[in-house]
Amino acid sequence: MNTAALIGKDPGWIILVKGLLIFVFCVVCTLMAVWGERRIVARMQMRLGPNRVGKFGLLQALADGVKLALKEDLIPAAADKIVFIIAPIISATTCFMAFAVIPFTGNVTLFGHKTAMQLTDLPVSVLYILAIASIGVYGIVLAGWSSGSTYPLLGGLRSSAQVISYEVAMGLSLVAVFIYSGSMSTSEIVAAQHQWWFSVILFPSFVIYVISMVGETNRAPFDLAEAEGELVGGFHTEYSSLKFALFFLAEYVNIVAVSSLATTLFMGGYHALPGLTFTESWLGGWFTLFWFVAKVVSFFFLFVWLRGTLPRLRYDQFMKFGWKVLIPTSLVWILVLATLRVMSQRAVSRPVVIGFSIGVVLLVMLATTVYDRSTAKAKAANGLPDLPAPRFPVPALPGQSVVNQIVTPIEAVAEMENHNG
Amino acid sequence: MADEAKSFSQQLQGFWVTFATMFKKVNTVQYPEVKEPTAERFHGRHQLNRYDDGLEKCIGCELCAWACPADAIYVEGADNTEEKRFSPGERFGQVYQINYLRCIFCGLCIEACPTRALTMTNEYELADNGRAKLIFEKEDLLAPLRNGMIAPPHPMYPDSSHLNYYKGEITGSHPSQATGEQE
Repeated sequence: MNTAALIGKDPGWIILVKGLLIFVFCVVCTLMAVWGERRIVARMQMRLGPNRVGKFGLLQALADGVKLALKEDLIPAAADKIVFIIAPIISATTCFMAFAVIPFTGNVTLFGHKTAMQLTDLPVSVLYILAIASIGVYGIVLAGWSSGSTYPLLGGLRSSAQVISYEVAMGLSLVAVFIYSGSMSTSEIVAAQHQWWFSVILFPSFVIYVISMVGETNRAPFDLAEAEGELVGGFHTEYSSLKFALFFLAEYVNIVAVSSLATTLFMGGYHALPGLTFTESWLGGWFTLFWFVAKVVSFFFLFVWLRGTLPRLRYDQFMKFGWKVLIPTSLVWILVLATLRVMSQRAVSRPVVIGFSIGVVLLVMLATTVYDRSTAKAKAANGLPDLPAPRFPVPALPGQSVVNQIVTPIEAVAEMENHNG
Repeated sequence: MADEAKSFSQQLQGFWVTFATMFKKVNTVQYPEVKEPTAERFHGRHQLNRYDDGLEKCIGCELCAWACPADAIYVEGADNTEEKRFSPGERFGQVYQINYLRCIFCGLCIEACPTRALTMTNEYELADNGRAKLIFEKEDLLAPLRNGMIAPPHPMYPDSSHLNYYKGEITGSHPSQATGEQE
């Protein structure tokens, strides 16, 4: 019996219990994630990180939460009050909703009832997740706009532009998964990976998804929306107390959400690592939850690792990367993949398939070579005009002596104008 | 293309750096439990030193107070008398206060001190919860009496002048100093 049919028979109280469990899972994940991130980044910087509150500092996030909740809740005079309050609520609620369609385990028994740990299964669940993620952007945009202040507005704009751009790349990377699994339902996608994970067969899609999920969650190195040096705190500059805590919660739940989605779509979901499939029957199927969590945690580690390693991108570099690299690459890859898929369905002979693959590789190589040549040519052609050497003192390059001939700036400007005119 | 491949591999090297650092020894010192010794000449709390017989070195000249850029030191000098002698020579510091809310630990007072009465210790735990508590008085700053020292006021070493003290020729107390009887 497939999962959709199985969980379709759940009575109401089981659905309630599942919902509660998923909510608790998200909140606990957030608390652990905040602590884990701080500890791991600290180790990467040869520090210890929080280790005072509770054993190993495990209760640090809880203590921070209590502190945040007890702080004064400010609403700026210039803010649009209603939207200002609604925005964090939108952010915090939408991020939880994505978990409704994530399959946490295979078939298990919950309070004597046979089911699977997945709240619901839609035929279009992945689209549902994308839709929910887009609604989550409203939280950011509205927060930025309603604050009635410059930095939040800029941060909100950046953030929304970023999330929307990377959602395109993300959506395109998911298309490959849809093509290969023949379904948009998460449970069926997981089932389609029982032999090979999609991160192996659809490696380019996997890479694009991983990059765009970092962009989607506004995390380092793509955390332009809250570039402290430029925008103070970004969209949440004016927020304090519990409303700020909601954004904070949303950010981390979002990370767990995209990691779960990556696990589900590319890493075989709750399935065990290859060669360890016998563990899937342990504890009456509940052991699969371990595999799911292990995979999510490793994705989370990737997030932290990126943050510990890479500097923040410049905004234009980031957008260029999204639109000019990720999206075209995705499109070409989907085209190739779709062709291969059709070939395999029509049972085209093997030499033709291999020939087509080689042809694609050659075409890509040709295209990159032509591109390289043309950019090199453009560089050579666009060289700056041959100006006379500046007569004002400039720092010496290695092996050069300093020009010790002082010309007033006005003379220098006059000379440049003469030359240009 | 070759350049791009190179820069990509260099970026991967960056990932290795952060990963490998996780397994290195951390630099953090668990401060209140673990206290590492400071540098030998760390500028900590001040100390008013004594001669080896227990007399104070401070002569109440106020040069430290004058040298202080933060105006953290307050000194009132007074005359030594034959009955009540705190330091060899004419004068001694009767009131000596350092305000640690103002002190910047620059050490100019130490340079200014003509008798090496004022030096700095390595003690750095000076936090407190009141302004008044951070104005250290003379008795907070005076060096403790070591073995062989006698608490002033007491007379100078028999048959000596302040110059003998200054030159470091007095290396301990004389029994007569304790009783206050002149030989």
